[in-house]
Amino acid sequence: MYIYDQYDQKLVDERVEQYRDQTNRYLEGQISEEEFLPLRLQNGLYVQRLAPMLRIAVPYGLMSSRQVRKIAAISRTFDKGYVHFTTRQNIQLNWPVLEEVPDILAELASVEMHAIQTSGNCIRNTTTDQFAGVADDEIEDPRPWCEIIRQWSTLHPEFAFLPRKFKIAVCGSEEDRAAFLLHDIGLQLVKNESGETGFHVFAGGGLGRTPVIASSIREFLPKEHLLTYLDAILRVYNRFGNRDNKYKARIKILVRAWTPAVFAERVEAEWEHLKNGPATLNGNEIERVKSFFTLPDYQTVDSAAVDAEVQSLATEHKAFSRWLDRNVRAQKQAGYASVTLSLKPAGVAPGDVTDRQLEQIADLADRYSFGEVRTTHNQNIVLADILKSELFELWQQAKSAGLATPNIGTINDMICCPGGDYCSLANAKSIPVAEAIQRKFDDLDYVYDLGDLELNISGCMNACGHHHIGHIGILGVDKKGEEWYQIQLGGSANKDAALGKVLGRSLSRDAVVDSIEKLLDVYVENRLDQESFLSTYQRIGIEKFKERVYAPAA
Amino acid sequence: MHQQLKAYLKDGQVIDNSYQLVSADSETLPVGDILVSADYWKANQQQLTEHSGNVGVWIDSHEEIEDFAGSIAAVPVIAINFPKFVDGRAFSTARLLCERYGYIGEIRAIGNFIRDQLFMMQRCGFNAFQFESEIDLAAASKSFNDFSDSYQVAVDQPEPLFKRHR
Repeated sequence: MYIYDQYDQKLVDERVEQYRDQTNRYLEGQISEEEFLPLRLQNGLYVQRLAPMLRIAVPYGLMSSRQVRKIAAISRTFDKGYVHFTTRQNIQLNWPVLEEVPDILAELASVEMHAIQTSGNCIRNTTTDQFAGVADDEIEDPRPWCEIIRQWSTLHPEFAFLPRKFKIAVCGSEEDRAAFLLHDIGLQLVKNESGETGFHVFAGGGLGRTPVIASSIREFLPKEHLLTYLDAILRVYNRFGNRDNKYKARIKILVRAWTPAVFAERVEAEWEHLKNGPATLNGNEIERVKSFFTLPDYQTVDSAAVDAEVQSLATEHKAFSRWLDRNVRAQKQAGYASVTLSLKPAGVAPGDVTDRQLEQIADLADRYSFGEVRTTHNQNIVLADILKSELFELWQQAKSAGLATPNIGTINDMICCPGGDYCSLANAKSIPVAEAIQRKFDDLDYVYDLGDLELNISGCMNACGHHHIGHIGILGVDKKGEEWYQIQLGGSANKDAALGKVLGRSLSRDAVVDSIEKLLDVYVENRLDQESFLSTYQRIGIEKFKERVYAPAA
Repeated sequence: MHQQLKAYLKDGQVIDNSYQLVSADSETLPVGDILVSADYWKANQQQLTEHSGNVGVWIDSHEEIEDFAGSIAAVPVIAINFPKFVDGRAFSTARLLCERYGYIGEIRAIGNFIRDQLFMMQRCGFNAFQFESEIDLAAASKSFNDFSDSYQVAVDQPEPLFKRHR
């Protein structure tokens, strides 16, 4: 993974001191509430319903075991001993004290971490595939490009006060695991006819109140032009994005108002001035950054023998077999696999882990995955590069740490925002809904029979829980001061990205779980062979689902 | 309405301001150095050559400079207004003036910006800062030095970090 040099380190150290001074001046009354708001947001500090919330950046979801241990220590010293993993691959502390945030940032800086631009109307953390570097369908490792973008976007002097927040994702594989078409800019690594790397550039995607799938604005951008082209997009957005209404301020509204074709023309016209300028990348820099993402020292493995051994253990231990099915993924290196540690056991808010579990994750990473830990936008943890021969041992240890729930990709692996329990924006609670669903569907045979099913829950239309792109999406709404829930069907975050359709009128919290069960019944009754929920929905349409849920009680 | 004269920061020094800001709907021009609105400039460029004091132009954050940037290349001061400090359009306007239109005079920030923006403002080409409210200018100047280096290309540093140090 990337390692800071003296320039990277000095910058985060100076950022800590800048923020410490800002906090002091705020506490002394020299900075008003209104002025302090964007300053603290640009350092990830929200003031929430119960306490401040601090969001820590995990650039493109990659951490070292040392960093994970530091997060554990911080959560113990400055918080209540647990943290939350977010859908932007970041980490949130739910109970920090405003006065202590500068000290937390100093602790983070000591392990090459920060909270820069994790909130506010600026360029946020760049996200990517949790299986980067090991995925068998990878065109090129996206992480060096994410790091190049991270440096370019960090304290960019022109784009710190954009009309609205701005999110970039990079996809380096055939299958999309980064939801890159739902970002302000989505970059897809591609090769041209001569085999040279470049980017297919998409703009104007996003969730929130007006969900939009990004439009293609340039089919092939040669790699060396990445930063000048990003500068051009951001400058057009900074100058012409709507600043009068925050609900119409995302770049997606500008792209739609101008049309993608006109937006692309405006970007190209701006880029003409910047193209080949000093920010153009050179081979030295690209190679320098790539050199940090080299492959670990793999052993040569007798694959057939190992596979037979794993198979025999799986036959013997049903729970291990289930875990292999749902939580273990093949990777391009023979004899190795990637493991997803589930942060979604029943009874725990999705994405929450304790300080002790963080240390256990760090220990597992040191023992089995070259000290590297990856966070996912589905709010789980991935350990890559696991020797298949060590899977059984790893499973036993993960299980005793409560991290081996075999539910990845099932209805119980839901994405869920913090909701009304924590967030001051939420219309409704989301965590109790997630918990009720997990408790209802606790029969593993039934859950496996349902197969791949993405269920996403947001407590309000800001859509932090990605409800628009769940196969089943649940949205908390406010009806005359009461919490109600709207159900959507048919969303998808993959390359065939689709936004869910509203099933019908909203439901009380009590009715949500029963309605989900009815939706699943319709699926099971109508599916053909191995058809997934999403495919069945796409084939038979929404009506049958709607009829069942809203049928008058017999 | 003419804005009152007061001290401001220029190139890191506290300087007495001699320019009065003339609002867009003003019918008469005050005596002495003035900053006229972009619309006034476009409509009265000829008459302004007869003004006894220095004439600069102030641009509001939403104004596109493409159609008149060439005509203001020789004015001694261009001021860019921040209607609200979170309105970041002025950062782009300043860079365009310096980098695209080759403006070399004073670029002055006016309006609602705050001291915590000074580091980034100077990177984008602002070299003068006239705060809306009375503040301790010497203390505010410390914010120019919040960071000792930067990754990106900007007006103050035309080469990216990766070409200078890596």
